[in-house]
Amino acid sequence: MTTRMGRRRLGMKIGVIVGLCVGAAFAGLPVVWMLSTSFKTNGEVFGIPPRIITENFSFDAYRKILSDGSQMRFFLNSYIVALSVTALTLVVAILAAYGFSRYNFRFKRSINVIIVSVQAVPPITLVIPYFGLVVALGLYNTYPGLILTHMVFTLPYAIIMTTAYFNTLPRELDESVKVDGASGWTALWRILVPISVPGLIAVGIYTFMISWNEYLFALTLTRTNDMRTVPIGIQLLMGQHSYEWNQMMAMSILGSIPVLVLFLFFQRRFIGGLTAGAVKT
Amino acid sequence: MEPAHIERTVVPEAAALQGKTPTAPGRTRPFTLRSLVPYGYISPTALLILVLMVIPIAMVVSYSFKDNVIVEQNPVFAGLANYTKVLTDSNFLVALKNTFIFITLSTLVHLVLGLAFAMMLNTALLSGITKALFRIIYILPWLFTIAVIAVIWRLMLDPFGVVNYILTTVGALEQGVNWLADPNTALWAVTFINVWSGYPFFMISLLAGLQGISADLYEAAAVDGANGIQRFLNVTIPQLKPVLISMAVLDLIWTSQQFALIWMTTGGGPLNVTEVLSTYTYKQAFSSYEFATASASAVIILLITMILAFFYVRQQRET
Repeated sequence: MTTRMGRRRLGMKIGVIVGLCVGAAFAGLPVVWMLSTSFKTNGEVFGIPPRIITENFSFDAYRKILSDGSQMRFFLNSYIVALSVTALTLVVAILAAYGFSRYNFRFKRSINVIIVSVQAVPPITLVIPYFGLVVALGLYNTYPGLILTHMVFTLPYAIIMTTAYFNTLPRELDESVKVDGASGWTALWRILVPISVPGLIAVGIYTFMISWNEYLFALTLTRTNDMRTVPIGIQLLMGQHSYEWNQMMAMSILGSIPVLVLFLFFQRRFIGGLTAGAVKT
Repeated sequence: MEPAHIERTVVPEAAALQGKTPTAPGRTRPFTLRSLVPYGYISPTALLILVLMVIPIAMVVSYSFKDNVIVEQNPVFAGLANYTKVLTDSNFLVALKNTFIFITLSTLVHLVLGLAFAMMLNTALLSGITKALFRIIYILPWLFTIAVIAVIWRLMLDPFGVVNYILTTVGALEQGVNWLADPNTALWAVTFINVWSGYPFFMISLLAGLQGISADLYEAAAVDGANGIQRFLNVTIPQLKPVLISMAVLDLIWTSQQFALIWMTTGGGPLNVTEVLSTYTYKQAFSSYEFATASASAVIILLITMILAFFYVRQQRET
């Protein structure tokens, strides 16, 4: 009986491991292939049979991208936009979250519903009036135009996640400062924000990722190459030298590094924060 | 995603007023001043939502009833002309049909794959480290931006690419297929790519949902003699149902908004077979400069989204 149970358990274990490996191949092989292609010479990309590591393994594709000023400009633009969006989103979201978490006021519910529903509005619906607005305001093809419009995606999530985080902190914390004569403003920045750093990191990473990856607004609200961001840069590379696959892959990897690094470092915190927002408990 | 978190915290007015504040002296004046404080905290958000949401939506709705917008100085009122133009455009109807296929198929497969992967990652049979390692691999597709995903799959699905090599070598295909350029396969190919890039979000949420199911429920079912399949159908699925339904509706909304993936892999082609509502609208606006027609199409997309969002909100209320 026990050996039969043991054998069945072993069988299930092997089944799960095989299943996990098949799934991992589905998820991971395209990524491995991208990495492998970035180290090939362009002539070897479609070599038969396909090989992960070829004789001419080299960093040439990376060298070409990294020494190309116009490619580096895309990275600079993406960093400027994504970091500004992150900083602004965090400040605005912290203020709003404090209001929602610690105060009761008229229209609280309606404002709340509006914030939640902002997330559902299709970007393609917004991009047409944004184009008109951004041109009218003289923000077409500028950083502020992109930064401002990216916030429509980042702000709702950031407010919801930050409010959820503040709600987990006992009110006695800020009350204790207020008893000493400090204002709510002081309580927020001196007490609440410092102990919320773990939650705010998750919010910040998510915000950075959304902005770094944004495509539609970057495509329509900028025009010249000195304003383009990394996703558009990758697309331009596809057009320019249509079939420099190794360089396209190198650029893709370089463009993914910031998000990958952030994610790997803060994985636990990030997934925790994300599911706290998405899953009902 | 979750309104309940915010709404749940009802802070009693009395408690909010107990703390001493510097502006305490008078009776009625400080009270009104203090009652303005929360609006101060909310005001940057309110301003941004006004500028980024309320005004733009009003603008796009008004564009949709006019003619000659944006590119011309003096737009004229056109009534429903733009809507009739869009709704009788065969390209729009094709885009509508393609969008329907694309979003339902993507959501269904996301759901099945996400649940299967989440259950494997939640198994008690493997050690925590092994599972953590697999989890990172499984989340990978979600960490790449759509531009990168488009480039990866254009390489993989190239007529001479590795996918065709594998399929011809094992004998599944006689010769390589140009997946993204063949009208018979392009819509399935972009759907497949979307499945690859989108399942991790499902998986993460369902994994959290699975971990939240009490072990007692499984034990009780086991005591009653339920086998693995029965436990799955009678414990796991009912327990996950709220998450499953919310995720499915959210996914329908998000997938219906997918633009970058299709734009960068097929551009809506070949022969419109991958044209979806977002690419159709984009082309109307930024290729043909028909901003009024594009606005009508954009408003129709907004209405479809609102219907889906309505179901989402109702689902959230029920649970």
